[in-house]
Amino acid sequence: MSEAIDYRQAHATGAISITGVSKSYGRHKALDDVSLELEPGSVTVIVGPSGSGKSTLLRTLNHLERVDEGFIQIDGDYIGYQRRGDKLYELKEKAILRQRINVGYVFQNFNLFPHLTVLENLIEAPIAHRQLSKRDAMTRAGELLDIVGLRHKADAWPRHLSGGQQQRIAIARALMLSPRVMLFDEPTSALDPELVGEVLDVIKKLARSGTTLVIVTHEIGFAREVADNVVFMVDGKIVEQGSATQVLNNPRHERTRRFLARVL
Amino acid sequence: MNRDHQHLKVVPARYPARTIGAVVALFILAGVVESVALNPRWEWGVFARWFFDPVILHGLGQTLLLTLLGTVFSLIFGGLLALARLSSSWLLSSLAWGYIWLFRSLPLIVVLIILYNFSYLYDTLSFGVPFTALAWGHFQTINVLGQFPAAVIGLTLVQAAYSAEIIRGGFLGVDHGQMEAASALGLSATRRTFRIILPQALRAIIPTAFNEIISLAKGTAMVYVLAMPELFYTIQMIYNRNQEVIPLLMVGAAWYLIITTVLSVIQHSVERWLARSVTRDAQPSRWRQWRSRLNPVAANEEISHVRSH
Repeated sequence: MSEAIDYRQAHATGAISITGVSKSYGRHKALDDVSLELEPGSVTVIVGPSGSGKSTLLRTLNHLERVDEGFIQIDGDYIGYQRRGDKLYELKEKAILRQRINVGYVFQNFNLFPHLTVLENLIEAPIAHRQLSKRDAMTRAGELLDIVGLRHKADAWPRHLSGGQQQRIAIARALMLSPRVMLFDEPTSALDPELVGEVLDVIKKLARSGTTLVIVTHEIGFAREVADNVVFMVDGKIVEQGSATQVLNNPRHERTRRFLARVL
Repeated sequence: MNRDHQHLKVVPARYPARTIGAVVALFILAGVVESVALNPRWEWGVFARWFFDPVILHGLGQTLLLTLLGTVFSLIFGGLLALARLSSSWLLSSLAWGYIWLFRSLPLIVVLIILYNFSYLYDTLSFGVPFTALAWGHFQTINVLGQFPAAVIGLTLVQAAYSAEIIRGGFLGVDHGQMEAASALGLSATRRTFRIILPQALRAIIPTAFNEIISLAKGTAMVYVLAMPELFYTIQMIYNRNQEVIPLLMVGAAWYLIITTVLSVIQHSVERWLARSVTRDAQPSRWRQWRSRLNPVAANEEISHVRSH
């Protein structure tokens, strides 16, 4: 089991391929024929007005949301399905959970487990998946807490921490499973302005670590600094995509220009 | 400027009406205590003679056993019903809803009497697969469903319907993000439920659950219809014989008071323990305080992280 995971990690690095994905809630079309190719290890920032489908797209990437049409592949594996010949078989819950191990997710409102200490939050998933022994998990947790600068909070309860600290812990928790892809859903939107910087600094550290990052955010300055690609979405469609300089400095579309004028 | 304020004295506000109210209340309380203690018709001598009588203690034992079994079985069964109710399977959740609807509608006394007369409805009970000849055992209903099993089953069936709703309420109270976060980490459904959601749901479940346990402890008196000698039935039997109605009822009342008090104390400590991750600087539990007096250094180290910020 563990050998299989090692093998996959050695050869797979988190290439994401989204092909013609659509998703509706009743009459409302949250995603409308979205296609996107993301290089392994790249950093992609998705921007757009609220309700444009950014978060929905992110949630489909680890199957928190089922798509109605289209396919999502990470390193060639279909998310939520298994391909045999020309048929896609829907995966059962267990297999979906196993796919999620490769995709870390950071929520807007942290969602740390309040009844577990910081350390317990971190070691919960690797132990549940038997990826690491308890001792190894605690060592790894210590390393990651060092990276986010919170080792001294290992025994604290999440509710005793500031928002910025909680989000840094949430990032460390997602990293515990060594995912190939990390998804950030507006990671700084629930934070007081003076706490935003500490969280963005942690994400910047990850940007060149080889993990593929997809970040939904309103922090345009941050996007300019770290993003390889910027994707601009409106009404469930991708309006414009390209390098950060191209999309943020010389947008081709009128809609993008209007949005940036309002945000900056 | 500051120095000018140093000689100023702070005078707390006074509320004379509160003081008068408190004095009046104490006066009334003293009057009640005096009348209860000194009126010979309360017959405290009879009360004292019967309080630890073996017959009463046996009845008390039955009441406690019924409460314990009723609580344990109804929480397990109610938990399963709650999970069925929350299940995404339409059939399971409707069946659970139907069960809860039925047993919240039927009075406990009706359920108990039906169970006690089950041998009239069905002579034998078989253990096997329905609609086939397959069976591993046949039992005479009258031998299996005696007073005690009938009482336990009756209490469990009814109590489980209420427990299910309490547990379901607790689960619904936990923020949906917790379930999503657990899913995103790839935790299995069982682990999500028992490790992540249930411990948080308990904080909402515990106060109402203890309400139910306390009313169950007193509600066991209902099994007198099965002529089962639990505490209340025993007391009735005795005062029917010796006509000392009031002192014997007082014996029962005092024992129920003690049971409820013990349960309340347990509830209080369980709630404190569950609240440990929420309260900012919680007082250490009695046990910790007592231990820290014996070994001050160790106890200090343990709670230091809470205040280290």
